Amino acid sequence: MTGERLTRWGLRYIALAYLALLLVIPLGYMMIETFSEGIQPVLDSITEPDSIAALKLTLLTVAIAVPLNTVFGIACALLLVRSNMRGKGIINALIDMPFAISPIVVGLSLVLVYGTSGWFGQPLMDLGIQVIFSTPGIVIAVVFVSLPFVAREVVPVLQEIGDDQEKAAETLGSGSWNTFWRITLPAIRWGVSYGVVLTMARALGEFGAVSVVSGKISGQTETLPLYVQKQFETFHSVGAYTSSLILAVIALATLLAMNLMRRKENDE
Amino acid sequence: MSEVTTIDAREPRPRKAIFRLPGAGQALNKGLVVTYLGIMVLLPIVAITSKAFEDGISGFWDAVSAPQSVAALKLTVICSLIVVVINAVMGTLIAWVLVRDKFPGQRVINSIIDLPFALPTIVASLILLTVYGADSPLGIHLAFTKPAIVVALLFVTLPFVVRAVQPLLLSLDRDMEAAAESLGARKWLIFRRVIFPNLAPGIATGVALAFARALGEFGSLVLVSGNIPFQTEVASVYIRGQIEFDRLASASAVSVVLLAISLALLASVTLAQRWGLRHDR
Amino acid sequence: MSLSSSKKSRRSIQALLVLALVAFGAIVVGCGSSDDSSGGDSGSVNLVAYSTPQQAYEEHLEPAFNETTDGEGVSFTNSFGASGDQSRAVESGQKADYVNFALETDVTRLVDSGQVSADWQNNKYKGIVTNSVVAIVVRPGNPLGIKNFEDIVNNDDIEVVTPNPFTSGGARWNIMAIYGAALNSGKTPEQALGDVENVLSKTPTQSESARVALQAFIGGTGDVLLSYENEAIAAQLAGEDVDYVVPESTILIEQPAAVTVDASKAATDFLNWNWTDEAQQIWQEQGYRSVNPQLLDKQKFPVPADLFTIKEFGGWDKVADEFFGDGTGSVFEIVQDLGYSTE
Repeated sequence: MTGERLTRWGLRYIALAYLALLLVIPLGYMMIETFSEGIQPVLDSITEPDSIAALKLTLLTVAIAVPLNTVFGIACALLLVRSNMRGKGIINALIDMPFAISPIVVGLSLVLVYGTSGWFGQPLMDLGIQVIFSTPGIVIAVVFVSLPFVAREVVPVLQEIGDDQEKAAETLGSGSWNTFWRITLPAIRWGVSYGVVLTMARALGEFGAVSVVSGKISGQTETLPLYVQKQFETFHSVGAYTSSLILAVIALATLLAMNLMRRKENDE
Repeated sequence: MSEVTTIDAREPRPRKAIFRLPGAGQALNKGLVVTYLGIMVLLPIVAITSKAFEDGISGFWDAVSAPQSVAALKLTVICSLIVVVINAVMGTLIAWVLVRDKFPGQRVINSIIDLPFALPTIVASLILLTVYGADSPLGIHLAFTKPAIVVALLFVTLPFVVRAVQPLLLSLDRDMEAAAESLGARKWLIFRRVIFPNLAPGIATGVALAFARALGEFGSLVLVSGNIPFQTEVASVYIRGQIEFDRLASASAVSVVLLAISLALLASVTLAQRWGLRHDR
Repeated sequence: MSLSSSKKSRRSIQALLVLALVAFGAIVVGCGSSDDSSGGDSGSVNLVAYSTPQQAYEEHLEPAFNETTDGEGVSFTNSFGASGDQSRAVESGQKADYVNFALETDVTRLVDSGQVSADWQNNKYKGIVTNSVVAIVVRPGNPLGIKNFEDIVNNDDIEVVTPNPFTSGGARWNIMAIYGAALNSGKTPEQALGDVENVLSKTPTQSESARVALQAFIGGTGDVLLSYENEAIAAQLAGEDVDYVVPESTILIEQPAAVTVDASKAATDFLNWNWTDEAQQIWQEQGYRSVNPQLLDKQKFPVPADLFTIKEFGGWDKVADEFFGDGTGSVFEIVQDLGYSTE
């Protein structure tokens, strides 16, 4: 028994030490830096108009990217695990591609597709739609880099739970949509919620791809990470750390909301 | 509720071996997935690939085989491999501790796991430079070395394996473990034979994603990697330089190679998983 | 029951999809059109510039221009970022009336794409709005007593921060400053390249851009930083604790500005205003050397005895090839040798 306890403690402290070195100390340092000059500069930089505009744009981007990628992710995972269509391998391979491309190249590729000298840039421009150096370009970039999470989180869970319950429900005459809502979705909710949190976090923090397509117009096409970069470049480190903290808080809030939803569900 | 249990006599449908969305639903679903992937992912990738081969195959090869590019690719792949091995072990361990252990502060730890994604990478780079740089409060001086690249990559890829394994652990049937234990199986054996096979898909997913991300990572490295050509310059920084000097074709070519490497790893993970599944049953 | 529910389900899937698509489309169109309204009229300027002069523009130059008769009521839309990135963005469709870059080649790119008139240098100052020089940024009080590049070469324990010349256009100024200073001190080209190699071998990090190099230096890395004088002054103005030295022999950096072919009248007015005494004084306060020799504040900006330009080496096109060319350039070979020797 003591051996088992030793193992448990050992594992716990190895994990915690690793997290402390990699995550907790750096994050703690960030907090200290943020408040290094007291609370007032932090409040001042939160209320800066450019900072508020950047926050709004970031939230808008996230509000579009996260639902789109969630619906897509679940649909895609179902397709990959529960159907035997042809070309699954290709889909499977394509999903991870957004990560393997360097963010700057993601931006470059979007410019190649939607820029004025790109494939669709001019026709879209003629319709009055500017994609690159405008909000749509930023949204597309964010959707691109945060696309794989939900699908990737849900696939292993779907495999793990198997389809016995679903088949049982089907046998009992439940419609597929119904089965999905009542059987499948509750079963994969952990995977979905982790996927959503990760998508959200990634969408909030993306810098590289967005920086290429945004045009960086102060107060207009600047997302919060771009604003952070600019703050650093103009030596406003408190402002930069404050904005980073806002991003971190939004990510934490998402996770918290997910946890609350889960607890409520468990209570029922 | 009643709908689930209502047996419909009017429309007896043939039951298939595999659960499927109904014909139209599935077609629609397939249409949605394919269209979305096509527009969002395939289109930009095709654009990059066609740019990479703008000057023909020889142009592509010249760009990729340039000594500086080879050195950068080598460094990137080696660092990424180290990163995923550490991630596979530590990520699983962390997920395990977060799900199966209980200790004060566990909730807090659990909720900050995703933060490396939400922070702009430049912030990651800056705080890592401070914590592991010349004035390191911990006395650990890593900045500008190859280990610094690994640490930065570990930071930005931390959530992948943890968050892929966690839901699996949560949904894992503990009865199996209990049964195995009651039969006298040792802990390690239970882990290897009962738990690990169930976690394997999650670990594989996490590893594949972390590897892909590590290959392409740029922002978190800008301050902590030395960026010295042939020594500490990773592929994404090299690509950045190619773009800066308007060699877009060359930048695209190196990106395509990174894509191919990540595809290769993904393919092997999928194959290994399939193999594992077959031997599982 | 199941029939209706499966029909219902199909319908709801469709509804969901249509909704998602419509929402997406609406957002794309909405955003696209809302951004269109910002440009066009003569009273606004889309300004695209490199990152350093952000404060100079937003807090000093633009408000001062608004005080003039030409500039009254003119509104600015500002975009700042790495010089090369900004130039490429304009090339691929970012709206710009007035551009200001760190390197002349970034304007040349827009001349090649037809967005800036080929005669943009047909004015008194050849399109250059500000000057600077390559300076040596040191720790407060200059503890190592560095006065010139030679001192860096002769100090065996020094750590130098300079950007990577293969990812940063700005870094190439630093290399050419070391090279030119060595040549002008009577060294042969081989010996001068030896000095370049010597300095590069003392770099713990070659940052991706000049700005990142400055951040690394402020973050405690290295003993000296090779940078533009105006960057060093910008850091000082922002309260950072650094000193800098202008070597007696160094290279002149010229920062160009231009208007695009379809620029608003306000943009042209603004460009011309930048060469007025008033504007040049503001530039000087912000750390840039005036292009007007009569205005140059020699107290603040010591004039190096030996100030050379890139033209001495045949201009950027030639230098890019001879020194930095892939596989053949002399600096490329140095970097390659350094890389292999430490493997």
